Amino acid sequence: MKPAPFKYYAPSTVDEALARLAEHGWDAKVLAGGQSLIPMMNFRLAQPAVMVDLNGVSELFYIRPGRNGGLSIGAMTRQRKVELAPMVAERAPILREALTKVAHPQIRSRGTLGGSIAHADPSAELVALSVALDARLRLRSKQRGERWVDARDFFLGLFTTVLEPDELLTEIVLPPMPSQSGWSFMEVARRHHDFALVGVAATVILEKSRDPAKAKCEQARLVYFSVSDGPVEAFEAAAVLRDQEPTAEAIREAAETAGNKDVEPNSDINASSEYRRHLVKVLGRRALTEAFERARASA
Amino acid sequence: MTELIKITVDVNGTQYERTVEPRLLLSDFLRHELGLTGTHVGCEHGVCGACTVLLDDEPVRSCLLFAVQASNHRVTTVEALGTPDNLHPIQEAFRERHGAQCGYCTPGILMSVVPFLQENPDPTEEEIREAISGNLCRCTGYQHIVDAIKLAAERMRA
Repeated sequence: MKPAPFKYYAPSTVDEALARLAEHGWDAKVLAGGQSLIPMMNFRLAQPAVMVDLNGVSELFYIRPGRNGGLSIGAMTRQRKVELAPMVAERAPILREALTKVAHPQIRSRGTLGGSIAHADPSAELVALSVALDARLRLRSKQRGERWVDARDFFLGLFTTVLEPDELLTEIVLPPMPSQSGWSFMEVARRHHDFALVGVAATVILEKSRDPAKAKCEQARLVYFSVSDGPVEAFEAAAVLRDQEPTAEAIREAAETAGNKDVEPNSDINASSEYRRHLVKVLGRRALTEAFERARASA
Repeated sequence: MTELIKITVDVNGTQYERTVEPRLLLSDFLRHELGLTGTHVGCEHGVCGACTVLLDDEPVRSCLLFAVQASNHRVTTVEALGTPDNLHPIQEAFRERHGAQCGYCTPGILMSVVPFLQENPDPTEEEIREAISGNLCRCTGYQHIVDAIKLAAERMRA
């Protein structure tokens, strides 16, 4: 239960960190909040030869207003800071809601937004949420400079992303929430704040209508986590609702479709595939119902 | 032999200078290097909460932090709360309401409750349970702990 030895660097700028990563490549591991990495090191599931600690890189800690009501968040911004930021509550309330479900307050005071996304745990709330919100991710490397990747293209599989070994996730940009939109974020876990058995991020947009109660669905999105090797978007379920009035029956049909067509859940020690499929349907229905209620209320 | 790094950490108001391996966990630094054994170590992977301390006034798991990362930062451990003759109000409430039980999880719970009651001096029972949800008590006597926190909050408000 003690980490293996490693060489430790504590850069104070992004450029310095990138230089270290360029120098050490696959041998190096980036240390953000460390709330997933250090447990893995304590178990010796991870034994990086070199650690590049970003906790002293002050330029990566910020929450800024983005264009048209969006947000730009530095990759090292602590989860707890994001959770408590009034600007986040106002501009991306779903992010605040998701963060309250990430581990415990003591973990969130150290854990970072970028660290969770780059770690790409399939049960991570922030991974699914970044896809559901169409987050754009800024990646930097010493050799190739900067590139922007959409969250939906960022995750390749279990703990695997498009990040090259010399590359750093530096910023997360969230687009503004459209008008007449609603959201919901739900999960089922065996213990409060434990890893979710199944979770879902839902966002919906209603068409403009004189009577919001009768407005049709312009777009509905469900992104599930803890069901596969990465976040799973339920495209078939979304198609069921498009241009339809989101009645209780339509929502129920969409949620059934998510469980029957979009998601092929894993079985593991915590839950069987069948139970997860059941939760996919239940959470899909509840989350869509809540999201459409919020969208109507905002119309 | 791995390289050693010189660090300066403020623990409970005292500056400690030590030379340590980068892989040394903050929890082991506190216990083994400084002899501050009030901080307990349970699971060493961030689940049980027994090792919770304050880093710059925020509650963190000391088993999920390297000692080198605490250099030039302030750490507060349970030793800073009170003495046997002069208990902190939270400690006094734990004594009165039997919140300590076997005592293993207690330091971590106390160090989680200190910042919680500063932020939220008049919490509901639900908020209290949420605040200590990251601290496992294997005596499973959460009721006494919740009662103690309620009493502490009441007295600290007065």
